[in-house]
Amino acid sequence: MADLAVRVAGVSLRNPFLLASGVWGESGESLAGAWRAGAGGVVTKSIGSVPRPGYPNPTIETYERWGLLNAMGLPNPGIEEYPREIEVARKAGATVIGSVFAGDADEFARLARRMASTGVVALELNLSCPHAEGFGTEVGGTPEDVEKIVRAVTKVVSVPVIAKITPNTNDAAALALAAQRGGAAAVSAINTLRAIAIDVRLRRPVLSHGVGGLSGPAIKPVGLACVWQIFNKVSIPIIGIGGIATAQDALEYVMAGARALEVGTQVTFEGIGVFGRLARELSGLLDELGFARLDEAIGIAHRASSMPPD
Amino acid sequence: MRSVVAVTDRVVETPSTVTLRFPYPASADPGQFVMVWIPGDDEIPMSLSYTDGPVKGVTIKAMGGTSRRVQSIHEGAPVGIRGPYGNRFDLSPRRILIVSGGSGAAVLAPAAERARTAGSSVTVALGATRAPELLFKERFRSMGASVEVATDDGSEGTKGFVTAVAERLLESEAFDAVWTCGPEVMMKKVIVAASPWSVPVFCSMERHMKCALGMCDACALGPYHVCVDGPVFPAARLEKVPDFGVFHRDSSGRRVPF
Repeated sequence: MADLAVRVAGVSLRNPFLLASGVWGESGESLAGAWRAGAGGVVTKSIGSVPRPGYPNPTIETYERWGLLNAMGLPNPGIEEYPREIEVARKAGATVIGSVFAGDADEFARLARRMASTGVVALELNLSCPHAEGFGTEVGGTPEDVEKIVRAVTKVVSVPVIAKITPNTNDAAALALAAQRGGAAAVSAINTLRAIAIDVRLRRPVLSHGVGGLSGPAIKPVGLACVWQIFNKVSIPIIGIGGIATAQDALEYVMAGARALEVGTQVTFEGIGVFGRLARELSGLLDELGFARLDEAIGIAHRASSMPPD
Repeated sequence: MRSVVAVTDRVVETPSTVTLRFPYPASADPGQFVMVWIPGDDEIPMSLSYTDGPVKGVTIKAMGGTSRRVQSIHEGAPVGIRGPYGNRFDLSPRRILIVSGGSGAAVLAPAAERARTAGSSVTVALGATRAPELLFKERFRSMGASVEVATDDGSEGTKGFVTAVAERLLESEAFDAVWTCGPEVMMKKVIVAASPWSVPVFCSMERHMKCALGMCDACALGPYHVCVDGPVFPAARLEKVPDFGVFHRDSSGRRVPF
């Protein structure tokens, strides 16, 4: 059977499937449950400096099994309360990556220090959050902002720092390169796509916040393109995120350049058992295609002959 | 995902509870809930108080901002409905004790109706702060359930908590199951009251909900999620929840004591 163990940014994972941030991540028991169900690691809910209730409902809309639109508004209990949840997860043996969000580089650095002290094996920076000044654009929307934030964080923590890249840009690879210059140990791509749903009978947006983020199988080709382009530009490892529902999806991301993967929306559609299924199926698929180890396949699609430059 | 429907009936059940009826043909069973969207306001979970037929119902007690505003929805107003979600009461027990506090009768009454239709005997310990707040007392009586009342102020029935009435009933009669819904601290007491008699207890639980799909973790209850593993939980599962009856979570996910 193919070996699924991988090492990303200095972190050893028993398999490449991480629980994505925003799913099952508000309570330590849920993080522990995802670990026990077979996730290779768990990324926490994005935690901020203070408790946030998030936006009023409706905060979610689904499109059969191909898409999920959410505008939760980063509800979280805040960095003062959250460490007890991480402790519950760690006691269960989980490999925990702490996700944080903030409005500016200084706040990111302060939060990162607090999160790093909880025993997480790495940090993931959620750069798809609004500017502190309320610009309405994502805080990690320009390479300059990304480099500034990542540099401020890597200056104050010694755990590996993963920068989560937004797809709501015309150059995701430039954002990833900026993260690398700032000292990121890895990048994860992608976060959700900016999207909206409208109720034609009520003549209003469905979500209370209006615009939200689209995830699920519909965004896989977009996530893959970002990983593809990022792989061409950076030397740090990439964690692929976006619409992974099958082992084949996972392998597409790996062949595009990803070393590990995150799964979020599919947990919603299928339940937490998705992790066990994906690991089993990926093992089988690697066997079928002649790979002894997953990392033999990383970026392999780039080596195909006559690929145009991109 | 949501059906936008017009409220067809608004019924004042007690000074603090209102029933809204709306067309929603999806099949539903007692225990299950829907997410009700008040356009421009909020979308909150509500147990179905009427589960059978093409017109469903929810019964709301005014607890806070949103539930108060939900109560004032008039007939003809549009609401968005999605669901039903969650699990259902197991209707196989033949002798059922129902213990209802707060607005718990909203979820227990349709369950009792199904049990009576199946020929099971249903005894109800119905509690409220005062007589006018006894929710669905007549509905329980008309389905042939035996109803014993408790009010905090003694304005009807036994003066005191409904759990005391439940204890007395458990001592004097044999039951195959206890179904309970109401304040969590009350439900915890019901489990304690039933344990000497080895009768399984099923609690209809409540937590903040956002997605109601098992994703966001807002309704995390120990290792479970109320939206997909509940709302109906047997006492055996609640034993795995250290926070049961002690802590719930606010909308940010912070633990708050009851």
